[in-house]
Amino acid sequence: MERPLISVEGLARRFGDGNQPAVFENIWFGIDRGEFVCLIGHSGCGKTTILNVLAGLDQPSDGAVIVDNREIDGPSLDRAVIFQGHALLPWLTVMGNIAFAVSSRWPKWDRARVAEHSRKFIELVGLKGAENKRPAQLSGGMKQRVGIARALSIQPKMLLMDEPFSALDALTRGMLQDEVLRICADTRQTVFMITHDVDEAILLADKIVLMTNGPGAKIAEIVVNTMPRNERHRNDLHRHPQYYAIRNHLVEFLVNRSKAFDQEIADGSYDPRRLKLVKPGLAAVNPPAEVVPLRHTH
Amino acid sequence: MPTLKKSLGLRAALLSFLIFAAIVGLWQIAAQPPAASGPAVDPEYAKLVGAAAATGTKSAMPTPADIGVTIWKHLMDPFYVKGTNDKGIGIQLAYSLGRVLLGFGLAALFAVPLGFLIGMSPLVYRALDPFIQILKPVSPLAWMPLALYTIKDSAISSIFVIFICSVWPMLINTAFGVASVRREWLNVARTLEVGPFRTAFKVILPAAAPTIMTGMRISIGIAWLVIVAAEMLVGGTGIGYFVWNEWNNLSIANIVTAILLIGVVGLLLDQGLARLTKLVTYPE
Repeated sequence: MERPLISVEGLARRFGDGNQPAVFENIWFGIDRGEFVCLIGHSGCGKTTILNVLAGLDQPSDGAVIVDNREIDGPSLDRAVIFQGHALLPWLTVMGNIAFAVSSRWPKWDRARVAEHSRKFIELVGLKGAENKRPAQLSGGMKQRVGIARALSIQPKMLLMDEPFSALDALTRGMLQDEVLRICADTRQTVFMITHDVDEAILLADKIVLMTNGPGAKIAEIVVNTMPRNERHRNDLHRHPQYYAIRNHLVEFLVNRSKAFDQEIADGSYDPRRLKLVKPGLAAVNPPAEVVPLRHTH
Repeated sequence: MPTLKKSLGLRAALLSFLIFAAIVGLWQIAAQPPAASGPAVDPEYAKLVGAAAATGTKSAMPTPADIGVTIWKHLMDPFYVKGTNDKGIGIQLAYSLGRVLLGFGLAALFAVPLGFLIGMSPLVYRALDPFIQILKPVSPLAWMPLALYTIKDSAISSIFVIFICSVWPMLINTAFGVASVRREWLNVARTLEVGPFRTAFKVILPAAAPTIMTGMRISIGIAWLVIVAAEMLVGGTGIGYFVWNEWNNLSIANIVTAILLIGVVGLLLDQGLARLTKLVTYPE
């Protein structure tokens, strides 16, 4: 079997001396090249820890993450992180922040080449004209755009995003989601994103990984977003025939199943290494019920 | 709003001037010689202290007008040298300033790198903390005898005393600034695979710079306080020695002049470092 680009294998995280229950354990999933994967779960189930392990910023207590057939042993320029709190360096300008990343990626480049490359990505996120502004002079949405430009500018193999839009107002969030969708489609970027927001996951993700509540959090199943990328538009997402089926499935999980998942798998059918791939969207468009014939009223 | 702000500034300046005028006026009245002449004095004593002082018609306390004349005299000719005990006030201030800047500079070269180490390493922090806690509250002048005994040179000893009093605020502030660099900024550097030296200079140093500069500002203030006392002890040159020498001469006007100039130089040092702090401060 071919390994996916990223393969999370048997990950666990415990705090303290090992007597305490694990935050999460036996986590297995994979991310294929060019795929957009969202991780959904309640606060405290260890989502951010999983992302930090993928980024190489944190070590798991057990298990490993394999990228391109090599185990992750630290941070890498191949995996760019978009932080929840944008994490821009406040003493540098927009240009300075991106140039810092670019010259870290290509230390041999001269100033002009670094600046030229940085400018390209500033334009990509629509911040042309704001190159010489400091982060303090920017709005929340603009700061997050700089964070996105910084992550993209190093041309990583994959993007890791930790609730990148959660601190933004609804309007800005929507605009940035569209932009991320466009950029990821253009660059065929592989993305792993954590979110709280069900609609955000449906809009952006190809696969949605559902995580149960901690302690001892598990991955319950993986929801395949069967809505094709080119049919997902923020403004009429709710009109898509599959939308409510997927949304209801996700909400049902967050509200009820994430708490009671251990009872659900009491029959022993659950295998963390062979997760169920569910497609609630297809059930909606191919209903098993009989077809009701159309009737003309006049 | 601007008119209110302007009028507040104007009123404050007016009030300052009134306070100044009141002090000078009261001083002028208090320092007036008594009208009636006192009893006859011993001519030997009169010769020693001067006729006016001996008869009590003139007190050793100068009037503001006398001070003004003295200040003017000093400002007109600040750099004369007429022997070891008679040098212009500008030269004395330059000696003190030189010692302060040298001691302060050496302290910065020592404290900033060591503070970096303490701030980066919890082990070093814990190991050095007892030394810092015990030595920090010691008056720098208490080191003077030890310095004189080991260094055997009074000029270098006073520089050492400046060094020891400037070291603590810079050390503590650098360590604190480095230790409290935001975790996410360090994570940015880590995910970009930035090496330790580049991280130190491009991330930690700019992040901690405002805190470090604040430590420097505290240090230079303390150093300027201590130099006067140190020079009174070691003698020879400097504004502290000048004050002590003029006390022996009973020249109150010269002492008051020195006090005012010490204040002005201290203000300039403080403002200079405040400017530099502003340059490295970033809004978040």
